[in-house]
Amino acid sequence: MPLLEIKSLGINFGGLRAVNNFDLEIETGEIVGVIGPNGAGKTTIFNMLSGYYAPTDGTITFKGKLMNGLRPFQVAQQGIARTFQNIRLFPQISVLDNVRIGFHPRAGYNLVDSILHTPRFIAREAELTDQALDILATLGLEDKAYIKANGLPYGAQRRLEIARALAVKPDLLLLDEPAAGMNPAEVGRMVDLLRFVKEKFDLTVLLIEHQMGLVMPICDRLVVVDFGEVIASGLPQEIRDNPKVLEAYLGRSAVA
Amino acid sequence: MDKKKQVIMALASVLVLYAVLEALMMVGIVGPYWQEIMRYAMVVTIGALGLSIMYGFTGQFSLGHAAFVGIGAYAAGLFNLTFRHYGILAFLGSLVVGAVVAGVVGYLIGVPILRLKSDYLGIATLGFGFIVTNGLQNSDKLIPALGGARGMTGVPQVQGFGWYYVLVLIAVILARNFIFSTHGRACTAIRENETAADVVGVSPARTKIMAFTIGCALAGLGGALYAHNIPFLHPDSFNFLESINYLIVVVLGGLGSLTGTVITAVGWAFIWEVLRLVLGPLYDFRGVIYAIILIVIIIMRPQGVFGGIEASCLVPQIKRRKTHAAAGD
Repeated sequence: MPLLEIKSLGINFGGLRAVNNFDLEIETGEIVGVIGPNGAGKTTIFNMLSGYYAPTDGTITFKGKLMNGLRPFQVAQQGIARTFQNIRLFPQISVLDNVRIGFHPRAGYNLVDSILHTPRFIAREAELTDQALDILATLGLEDKAYIKANGLPYGAQRRLEIARALAVKPDLLLLDEPAAGMNPAEVGRMVDLLRFVKEKFDLTVLLIEHQMGLVMPICDRLVVVDFGEVIASGLPQEIRDNPKVLEAYLGRSAVA
Repeated sequence: MDKKKQVIMALASVLVLYAVLEALMMVGIVGPYWQEIMRYAMVVTIGALGLSIMYGFTGQFSLGHAAFVGIGAYAAGLFNLTFRHYGILAFLGSLVVGAVVAGVVGYLIGVPILRLKSDYLGIATLGFGFIVTNGLQNSDKLIPALGGARGMTGVPQVQGFGWYYVLVLIAVILARNFIFSTHGRACTAIRENETAADVVGVSPARTKIMAFTIGCALAGLGGALYAHNIPFLHPDSFNFLESINYLIVVVLGGLGSLTGTVITAVGWAFIWEVLRLVLGPLYDFRGVIYAIILIVIIIMRPQGVFGGIEASCLVPQIKRRKTHAAAGD
């Protein structure tokens, strides 16, 4: 059974068919890339996967469970975490707290423990702090734990978003353009980081990316989307040489 | 100075402050008039802590906060009026009743209206405030003891400043515990970025309703004290303008700062009296001066006087299980 199974997924915004008949199966442990030109519907697919948009038709099955109709926080609790193309941190609170919020559904104490700071609260809170600092250390952010998130440089903010997603303890991590706005050297470091994180946390990854420098070395498989439909899928090398893909990116006349 | 010492120092200064105030009252330097204002300051502080949690920490705008203070005041007043022969027990019971009734009403109102965002939520809470004041004005048709537009009288008064002082301390400690927990962090996450909070597993609806209910319960507790400080309850004491006052306290103190809320609330309760002393014959212009003070402060510190600042004795130490050296494995 695949970890994630998407069948003939589609969504309409008024008269616009943003995604049409999208199929995808992801096995546990894979890294799959979704590529395609701007406006192809990639982020819309992510938004349906993470519960923001209710699909007009089709099904999303995760770990054998139908995900259609779940709210984003329920999707997260089922084990799907994501990052955003335009970084969305909690800017005014500490880096540590950004990560600790990811533990919220599994904090292990209730509101009464919170209000009275019971022994259970104190024990669990120490444990959560340890876990959060471990995750931060993995992403090279431990020494920044006590500063506000908006005080981090851009690259570190990207890493913090990944750290926060890891706190959700996901089985599947959705990364929306993790290397957006990065130069080739930074992209290289992001490739290493994602590989490391994937192994350490035993993840399956689905990512959207434009930077071929990230997609080509890291992805086991690629899916190319244009106008809301899959136009090609296969190994990265196959995709690179596929004329339909070149056409979608560069236009018909350029290829011909 | 380590954390333990800080907390001990803070508790010691709280005790010393109390002793000084009691001594001043005993020797008559602080007379009954000022004592009433001191108690009123405590009422405002507890109510403002509620709005601070709702708005300052969770970002849910309310223009009807005084209505919840009013609900607490009337509920507590009615309770103590009914059970007055139980003396101080009736007083303590009425505190619980005021907080619980306001909390329950807040929950019931919160469920439908917290779907709304910012300005729209403001308008909905404003509407609720009008419902409450109008309801209270006609309340005597249902429960004669509430007095309707004539106001409610006869609630036994409790004038020991110690009660008020202790309850503020308890409210501050509980609010601080809540804020520095996973539930408080969830609230802040909702304020900072609702979408991002949602995607890491924080239910926006549940978190907002939780914050709103707690905030309203604190307003109710403040109201319950109000009913025992002023022998005459009137619907107009909990109207829209009074809600604005709570908002001013929280915004001026700084959103997301308990320290700011407490200090500004106390300061606000005294400002009219201070203006009376300072202005002398110009006292008729107090409204003008007060507004100028507000405008100047908000221009100079738009984030509020204590925006982003928390007294360090309120911030719990971050405790870890393992030692720092072992953190890498």
